[in-house]
Amino acid sequence: MKTLEQTTDEILGLAAQHFKIPRSELAPTDDFYKKLKIDSLRALELITRLENHFGIELPDYEVQGVTDFRTLASRIQARL
Amino acid sequence: MLNLSQYESVGAALTGAIEHWPDEVCLIEADREHERCRLTYRDFGAAALRLAGGLEENGFAPGDRAAILMSNQSKWLISAYAVFFCGGVLVPLDYKLTPAEHVALLAHSKSRVLIAEYPIWRALSDGDFTSTRVETILVTEAPAGADLAGAKRWEEFRGHKAPEFRPRKCQEAACIVYSSGTGGRPKGCVLTHDNYLQQCAAVSPLWPFWPGARYLSIIPTNHAIDFMGGFIMPFTGGGTVVHLRTLRPEYIREAFTRYKITYMAVVPLILKNLERGLRERFAALPPMKKRMLNALVRINRMATRGRPRLWLSRALLKDVHKAFGGELRALLVGGAFTEPKTLEFFHDLGIQIANGYGCTEACTAITVNDMKPFRPDTLGKPVAGMQIRIVNPGADGVGEVAVRSKTVMSHYLDDPELTAETIVDGWLLTGDLGKIDASGHLQLLGRKKNMIVTAEGKNIYPEDIENAFDSLPVKEFCVFAVNYLWPQRTMIGEQLVLVVHPDAAQNVNGAIRGEVERRNQRLVPYKRVSGYVLWPEDFPRTASLKIKRNILAEKIGRQLDRSAVQPL
Repeated sequence: MKTLEQTTDEILGLAAQHFKIPRSELAPTDDFYKKLKIDSLRALELITRLENHFGIELPDYEVQGVTDFRTLASRIQARL
Repeated sequence: MLNLSQYESVGAALTGAIEHWPDEVCLIEADREHERCRLTYRDFGAAALRLAGGLEENGFAPGDRAAILMSNQSKWLISAYAVFFCGGVLVPLDYKLTPAEHVALLAHSKSRVLIAEYPIWRALSDGDFTSTRVETILVTEAPAGADLAGAKRWEEFRGHKAPEFRPRKCQEAACIVYSSGTGGRPKGCVLTHDNYLQQCAAVSPLWPFWPGARYLSIIPTNHAIDFMGGFIMPFTGGGTVVHLRTLRPEYIREAFTRYKITYMAVVPLILKNLERGLRERFAALPPMKKRMLNALVRINRMATRGRPRLWLSRALLKDVHKAFGGELRALLVGGAFTEPKTLEFFHDLGIQIANGYGCTEACTAITVNDMKPFRPDTLGKPVAGMQIRIVNPGADGVGEVAVRSKTVMSHYLDDPELTAETIVDGWLLTGDLGKIDASGHLQLLGRKKNMIVTAEGKNIYPEDIENAFDSLPVKEFCVFAVNYLWPQRTMIGEQLVLVVHPDAAQNVNGAIRGEVERRNQRLVPYKRVSGYVLWPEDFPRTASLKIKRNILAEKIGRQLDRSAVQPL
């Protein structure tokens, strides 16, 4: 079983890869809309990528209102 | 389509649809790769009547109000029809608001019934409902054994006898739709049955529905566009509404081909996303194919400049149209301003974008571009029955857009003062600035009112987000739309700005900036201020200490320029 830190770290790595920015520029508390300069639709692309990576399904209501990597990681962690 | 002039109410028209097309499919609900349900008009009616029976037995009477808090799904429309069947007034709420905002609007609307989906109720149930009049709460799809905190299960809620249809008069309220005001002054537009029936009759000939025509519903159904385009219009034409429970770009793309979608309403943000995806695919084509595509696009552009020729576009650009399911007639875009170059991109591909102008207060569409010829620089001509005039036009013909029509709302709920300011001598003052050109097309060129509309179609009033900055340790503060301080002839990229009047000794760029940033982050992204402005003078105020916003804005606009905004 992964720890929350490991899950968060993997999310940051995948986000950096998907949006082509250096991993070192991302931190768990970052607001991903602001940091990745993305809109709500592009955020959903990231969610799908994360679902595929972790092999889970995240219902829309679970991610509604989530704006930072750490909270996103905790929602994913709860379904691992 | 049904002859709507024979019906007095939305409920009666929906009943007419059930009688007219009992065996046609009216609703399809899918989640990811799976189809969850498919209902005929008969099934739809039976499900709604079970619910109506339960509501009636619980004392829900004609004129009572029922709020719906659900993402787009079959049960949304079933619940709405049940409310109309009982003669109730529907209060469609935005499920994306916060629990505190939901409670505030439930209280303001005086709703007696709340119908919510389980995850939303779970977040809401801890709230303080003492300010509301909610007596009955119905929750959909609650897991077995879940603590419903006093709510009842939607699926089990039914009456013991068949409910009686409660007729309503056309001038009576059908819906209370909140166009804004979640944090400050709620703007509950009271829309009558006549408003909806008139709007549907005016718009349906432009985008007709028939049994087999399918609408993909992705804009929240509480929004005027989806309520009309994804409920009233398809149902009164015998069409089908497709709902997706997981709204992701890839599932939307898949739904186009799987369900052969005829229409979909989108906001500019989604249209831009579709454009980006298509551009990326085109860029990845081998050089030869790219040249061929460009040549076909040029031919299509020339052939459709004067009017759309869908059959020709589908034949020329077969693969592009196939990606949209091959049967798409139009994407209805609204909720915010769309950039002309985006409209041109789709027009060149033969994908018709029904671009127009509207607002909740006028029950959706005011003008529509009929593309005869294609005019990406305008919002089209008034729809049937709609009168438009420009109030106090300047030398360039630009003034406030006012509209008069049978689709204009009755009033703002419990706010006669705001109603009197907004509807003057029967004319709805939109607060938008525009002009009408020689061919009768409307062009919008800015706003008179202090508000912004985001690319997601969200109306944001600065007063509504000021509570996020409550007790900010400064002398006083105020939020404005940037274009309200420094007017610009554009409706794209609108932003909000926080005006801060610090105490004399304060270092605003130090600790205060951090506090502003922290508060700003708490807001959902589309409600955030883009920066702040330091203002050294006391704000002008009324005798009751309200900020005189227009006077303050004028002074700031005169004494500072846009470069004074410190970005956050």
